[in-house]
Amino acid sequence: MLEITNLHAQIGDHKILKGINLTINPGEVHSIMGPNGSGKSTLASVLAGNENFEVTEGSITFNGKDVLELAAEERAWEGIFLAFQYPVEIPGVSTSYFLKAAMNAMRKNKGLPEIEAAEFLKLVEQKSKMVALDDRLMGRAINEGFSGGEKKRNEVFQMAMMEPKLGILDETDSGLDIDALKIVANGVNKLRGPDRSFIVVTHYQRLLDYIVPDYVHVLVDGRIVKSGDKTLALELEKKGYAGIIAESGAAQPVG
Amino acid sequence: MTAVDTKQDIQHWSDWKARMPKDWLAPAREAAMARFEALGFPTTRHEEWKYTSTAPIARQSFVAPSADAKVTAADLDRYLFAEQPGALAVFVNGRFSDSLSDLSALPKGITVMSLAAALESQRDVLEPHLTKHADYREHAFCALNTALFTDGIFVHVSEGTLVERPLHVLYLTTPSDDPTAAFPRNIYIAEPNSKVRLVETYGGQNGSVYFNNAVTEFVARDNAIIDHYQVQRESTDAFQVSTRQVFQTRDSNVSSHTLAFGGRLVRNNINTLLDGENANCMFNGLSVLRGEQHVDNHLRVDHAQPHCNSWEFFKGIYDDSSRGAFCGRIIVREDAQKTDAKQSNMSLLLSRDAMIDTKPQLEILADDVKCTHGATVGQLDDEAIFYLRSRGVSVDAARSLLIYAFAGESIGQVRIAALRDKLQDLLSERLHYGESLTFGRPFEYSDDFADLVRAADRRRET
Ligand SMILES: Nc1ncnc2c1ncn2[C@@H]1O[C@H](COP(=O)(O)OP(=O)(O)OP(=O)(O)O)[C@@H](O)[C@H]1O
Ligand SMILES: [Mg+2]
Repeated sequence: MLEITNLHAQIGDHKILKGINLTINPGEVHSIMGPNGSGKSTLASVLAGNENFEVTEGSITFNGKDVLELAAEERAWEGIFLAFQYPVEIPGVSTSYFLKAAMNAMRKNKGLPEIEAAEFLKLVEQKSKMVALDDRLMGRAINEGFSGGEKKRNEVFQMAMMEPKLGILDETDSGLDIDALKIVANGVNKLRGPDRSFIVVTHYQRLLDYIVPDYVHVLVDGRIVKSGDKTLALELEKKGYAGIIAESGAAQPVG
Repeated sequence: MTAVDTKQDIQHWSDWKARMPKDWLAPAREAAMARFEALGFPTTRHEEWKYTSTAPIARQSFVAPSADAKVTAADLDRYLFAEQPGALAVFVNGRFSDSLSDLSALPKGITVMSLAAALESQRDVLEPHLTKHADYREHAFCALNTALFTDGIFVHVSEGTLVERPLHVLYLTTPSDDPTAAFPRNIYIAEPNSKVRLVETYGGQNGSVYFNNAVTEFVARDNAIIDHYQVQRESTDAFQVSTRQVFQTRDSNVSSHTLAFGGRLVRNNINTLLDGENANCMFNGLSVLRGEQHVDNHLRVDHAQPHCNSWEFFKGIYDDSSRGAFCGRIIVREDAQKTDAKQSNMSLLLSRDAMIDTKPQLEILADDVKCTHGATVGQLDDEAIFYLRSRGVSVDAARSLLIYAFAGESIGQVRIAALRDKLQDLLSERLHYGESLTFGRPFEYSDDFADLVRAADRRRET
């Protein structure tokens, strides 16, 4: 479904991704862990089409399509969804208007008519319940004055509305208390299915107790230095990144 | 230097001198013409005209518009609101049109007529005010208008009369072979405890060159409310100078909104004298410009008495090589303790060639006052655009949405729902990024003005 090969990306002269290789099959959940500044959010942003980052080498294909040729919105139409680490506040645009605009853009691309008001409201009610998001927030400007937890839940709520093929969660767990974490994880789990894959970026093994990954990758300084199953997260918790980096020191990718 | 320029500028106007009406205002008109001749058109060396060159107006010679322009009711359509407010007064090329106007729905206690008629029948009401507030001694455009005006709208609201449904005054300029000039002169008098709502729309066909030099005098007596809107949809080749002179006594409330979409060169002079305790004024503005348009909003709020509040809130959206200027002068006189004056000017530049000059001027002579001012100039937020795009919104729609959102706060100050809808339509026409927003409104507006002010205050404080 997703095939990342030798991906290099930079911002200005600052090289951030230095040769990422990653293959994700339908239905799989991949967790990416790594120290601050290692490039996790950059990878997520590059996948979603943030033009601030320049891809200098490598390729990304998604269901056979060359993702790097697609604009951010076209990637969304193909089914790539990024839940932001820092959701952006947009004063003056109500969340519900934005959501409707987004859903209709997706539908237009699929040749579907605009969503009926009643159907939209029903969906909002249903999906906001899934992440226990107060649906009064729909009337407020996008993320403006939302608490940290509300912002993260709003991201997962939007993901549920969009029903993407690939959901990228960038530290969606950071800043959530344990109850909210369970709610959010539960929401994600409900979305899991044989055709839907996830990339879950996190610092905390705790999240992975709830969203159990098929694979865990450790990203250090723009490279995946170690991959394994869910036990790798536990190992990380014990040894820390330093331990993992030391072990994998000899295993720097060649070329 | 400047003297030479101004002498040349004025020669075009010698023909006009003969057109000065010989009515009971003749002495004021003579004096005004003499002042115009002495002042000439200001140059950019004039402190108050630093950012706006009047040369394009001065260079051009203008003729009086012909009286037989054909305008039908259908020509008005694009300027009217979905639900047309209370009454409609139409001026074509500066002259009142009886056949296009409909003043039948006015309630008791309000008198609306053309100024030409009022000069004959309402002299006792007019005499204390007309030409008494707008300063023709120091301001060339006001002097020229005072010398030459023949018509405009006269509105007099008697004591205690509350007029809820707005009066719409429409000024249409029709295309002509030679550039024309008109001098609309309006007067709004709200007696104590009265309330009135007025919408002025200025419209003309793109491509036609003309000059509207308008002066409006507002008188808000004790506890009176005037809620005024000026929608500028002039031809993109037109010149407009609009002077609004507001005189307020105690407990009065005046708001005047400047919604600028049209015009090649527009100058708004908005002045108020707060001459009674607890008088409040609110000046809201939104400019949406493109091409070579230039709009200069020039305000002067004079706090002459204690406990008055003034609020200036101007926003501009500038595309292509359009230009904006904002100059807000707040004067707080010695006795005007407990003044609360707020001013803000926010600009969104959509192109590299667009430009805004902004200048607050505070002259504070009292010591127990609250004055705040702020200006921001920015571009569309890349992060926000990426966020919207990542959810499937196209880049064009994302830009449009953010522009909408920026304008939303200004449009939100408008307290007439049908006018808000009109403004949003005008705005979406302007968002020429291919895709417009075809359904609904991005924001539900609150009709409760106080809420909006409070919300804006909270934002400023944080
Ligand atoms: N817009 C930007 N401009 C300049 N440098 C950037 C920008 N975005 C990211 N970087 C740099 O790229 C590197 C990787 O950042 P990134 O946000 O991808 O890290 P991360 O792994 O997500 O870290 P964290 O765990 O703190 O979220 C950092 O050194 C960061 O400072
Ligand atoms: Mg990050």
